[in-house]
Amino acid sequence: MAAKLEKNGAGRLVPVDVNGRASVPYQGVGGYRPEGRKAAPRIASCVDYPADGDKRVGSLRQALEAVGLSDGMVVSTHHHLRNGDAIGNLIFDDAADMGVKDLMWFPSASFPVHANQIRHLDSGVIHHIEGSMNGPLGAYCSAGKMRGLGVLRSHGGRWQAIQDGEVHIDIAVIAAPTADFFGNANGVNGPAACGLLGFALADSVYAEKVIVVTDNLVPFPCLPWQIQGNNVDLVVEVDSIGDPTKIVSGTTRLTQSPDRRRIAQLAARFCAEAGIMRDGFSFQAGAGGTTLAFAMYLAELMRAEGVTARFARGGSTQHMVEMLEEGLIEVILDGQTFDLDGVRSMRDDPRHQDTSPFTSYNFHGKGNFASMVDVAVLGATEVDLEFNGNVVTHSDGRMLHGIGGWQNCLAARCSMLLVPSFRDRIPVIVDEVTTLCGPGELIDVVVTERGIAINPRRKDLLDAVDGSDLPIRPINDLKAELDRLCGVPAKPVRSDEPVAVVKWVDGTVIDTVWRVD
Amino acid sequence: MGGPEIKAASVGPEGVRVRSDLHIAFEPGPDALVLDLTSKVDYLYGEAIEAAVRRVTAAFGLTTGRLTVVDAGALEWVILARVETCLRRSGLAGPAVLPEVAPGAAAPRHRERLRRSRLYIPGNQPKLMISGGLYGADGIILDLEDSVPPAEKDGARILVRNALVALDWGGSERMVRINQGAAGEEDLAAIAGHNPHTVLVPKVEAAAQVGRAAEVLRGFCGDGAPFLMPILESPRGIHNAFEIAAADPSVVAVTIGLEDLSAELAAPRTTEGTESFLARQTTVYAARAAGVQPIASVFSDIEDEEGLAAYVRRERGLGFDGIGCIHPRQIPVVHREMTPSEAEVERAVRVVRAAREAEERGLGAVAVGSKMVDPPVVKQAFRTVNLAVAGGVLDAEWDSSEN
Repeated sequence: MAAKLEKNGAGRLVPVDVNGRASVPYQGVGGYRPEGRKAAPRIASCVDYPADGDKRVGSLRQALEAVGLSDGMVVSTHHHLRNGDAIGNLIFDDAADMGVKDLMWFPSASFPVHANQIRHLDSGVIHHIEGSMNGPLGAYCSAGKMRGLGVLRSHGGRWQAIQDGEVHIDIAVIAAPTADFFGNANGVNGPAACGLLGFALADSVYAEKVIVVTDNLVPFPCLPWQIQGNNVDLVVEVDSIGDPTKIVSGTTRLTQSPDRRRIAQLAARFCAEAGIMRDGFSFQAGAGGTTLAFAMYLAELMRAEGVTARFARGGSTQHMVEMLEEGLIEVILDGQTFDLDGVRSMRDDPRHQDTSPFTSYNFHGKGNFASMVDVAVLGATEVDLEFNGNVVTHSDGRMLHGIGGWQNCLAARCSMLLVPSFRDRIPVIVDEVTTLCGPGELIDVVVTERGIAINPRRKDLLDAVDGSDLPIRPINDLKAELDRLCGVPAKPVRSDEPVAVVKWVDGTVIDTVWRVD
Repeated sequence: MGGPEIKAASVGPEGVRVRSDLHIAFEPGPDALVLDLTSKVDYLYGEAIEAAVRRVTAAFGLTTGRLTVVDAGALEWVILARVETCLRRSGLAGPAVLPEVAPGAAAPRHRERLRRSRLYIPGNQPKLMISGGLYGADGIILDLEDSVPPAEKDGARILVRNALVALDWGGSERMVRINQGAAGEEDLAAIAGHNPHTVLVPKVEAAAQVGRAAEVLRGFCGDGAPFLMPILESPRGIHNAFEIAAADPSVVAVTIGLEDLSAELAAPRTTEGTESFLARQTTVYAARAAGVQPIASVFSDIEDEEGLAAYVRRERGLGFDGIGCIHPRQIPVVHREMTPSEAEVERAVRVVRAAREAEERGLGAVAVGSKMVDPPVVKQAFRTVNLAVAGGVLDAEWDSSEN
């Protein structure tokens, strides 16, 4: 069946109907301002809940039965347990045993451990997934095997979709490293400690039914409560919510690749020479090898020039925590915690604040932190001559990554893509991105090992580094060098069958992911 | 087809971890040539890869048999080199099949250039060569000797040749370390025509070895023959250091290899280097006496930046002009530590100014204040000023801006 398509504001063909719901095509940055009211779950009455606060039931299966899991429902999970998560799979194993069909899984992200869901997709237990898909699930969706369309949203876009009623969650299952019987929960304590639970916050507030699953039940009250029990229907105690060794790493490793380190160092020097790195500034850097190295080089320059950052946005890591403890950063605003030092710091240090996509990223809010950050460094699979960025597909169109906070972070005063100019002959700088995820008007600087390209729209940045000895080059010049080094790539043929859509931060559809054979 | 002894052959790394390289196997047979190509970049470069392979088979007149190529994103110059090596291994003969010439491949060489850092890159690892010119090393050494296993010498030789043609080495001196003996002469034959600036000759123990290399190179290149940098890495080499340094006008520098030397001395290499003190000092004396640059050995712990910095300070203190690097991370540390101190620069600038003034006025003697300055001091002052400019502590226009 051929999907009905139309051209959106970026000139991309997108489906007009996404999983039975009319979609809004992308209308440019800031072009779409919906009116109306936010969604909300039904009113609950406390008399329907145990007066002693004890909401425990014996098993996840019993909980799912008690909240009325049935065909066609939307079931959500969070990804703070990353590749160590045991609960995401357990839900659908139970659903299969219960004979339930056509569920929509709505994770804040999926990981290779969730390849288990493929059998539930095949058997009809899961109808489709809306959330990032990579590894085996990405390949499954890319091959056109999923019944519905995949919907890829940023972290901020997921909050927006829930809040705006685009996605109504029937049942949220929140794996909690520590909880009490009332449903108060946090991620800073317990054997599966992951730092925080911000990605589950919207689910807890907006879902019709909320189940907290924990392997570390503490007597009421569980402190701190990152998830409030007043939003929770049932609490389940299990032996283990996940494999701690795959939830956070013992240490985060800097990249050893000379090219990646060069990219990181050039980016840090750019921040210094462009005057971005000044007393009281702010930055965002994740846990990828290159961005971690960026933070390390930035710290060296800050130390040398006696500069302090007012706040850093993480993805926190040991390295960021060390900067906090050394006094180079005054506050960490943390969206997810990547290693044990991050967890410890969040638990013990009041300057290390947990955040959520609401505070950090939500486009349909009264502001968010992303646009207040002076510089954000990000990766990408491709960037084109108009500075448009792709972060979800490989150059052959296969789904590769989720969006994460990537789209949201582009709102920073200066957004920088730290990318190798090519990977194993595959150019990263291309004529046109395979999948449009971020519009070029929001991408300011592209840093490669062969030079730094500044978006011509940012005359201020071009002027700021004029006369420095940084290798500033027009992006076309970098592209010409790649054409010579790698050869001019052929244009891969794509199918005309959509398998997923990419949402922009405002809920509009910015591009389509097509089936790859 | 060439001769009767065409046999099966293969070259290149195999396995899922291979990046930017390829494996190729040839199986002779009576039927028309079949090319069996798999590549993880085939959707972008499938046709380009096939065209590159066929360029080599056509040059070698190969029309029968089967070629199996498993590509992991190799660049064209790598594909050409791997295919050429495979066909030569199978017993076929043909011309060198060269890639497109990079801008900068004809960069001129300079006898007196700075040689503070030289980065060794194994000659059989194309992935490490691709960005070699980006790190600002004074020299890049494409190594055909110790870093290449014996079975891969032929393949590395062709890879290095193609890398000299196809890659832009930026401002770095284009250097190649050849093998000892007959293999070394084969190396020279392969690379001589592709503008290597300087050839490192290993395990030199007598002036005649330098003379032989110079003669072979002049045979290929005439007066434009590359410079030579003999490596002293045995007690005998150290003993004959001056004769070696002065053996031929094409010698621009002499370097010392401490790993091999320590082994022959039967004294383990220590951080303090007491066992090699005389050898290092002898190398400096011999080089200076012959009017060439003394260059120190490598520092092999890439994680230990402080150790490297101390090592550079110590070797510079002995009179060495440069240090060997085995990882790009070491380059900025070497450059920083090779940069003269503020006091040294200040004094050198005074001497250089005085020398220029004396020259303008036609005076034979140079005086700073009331003190006369001897010619070697003037020469050293110029060297210090150059180092200061290269190290970024003195503006290149220092003379014009202050006058």
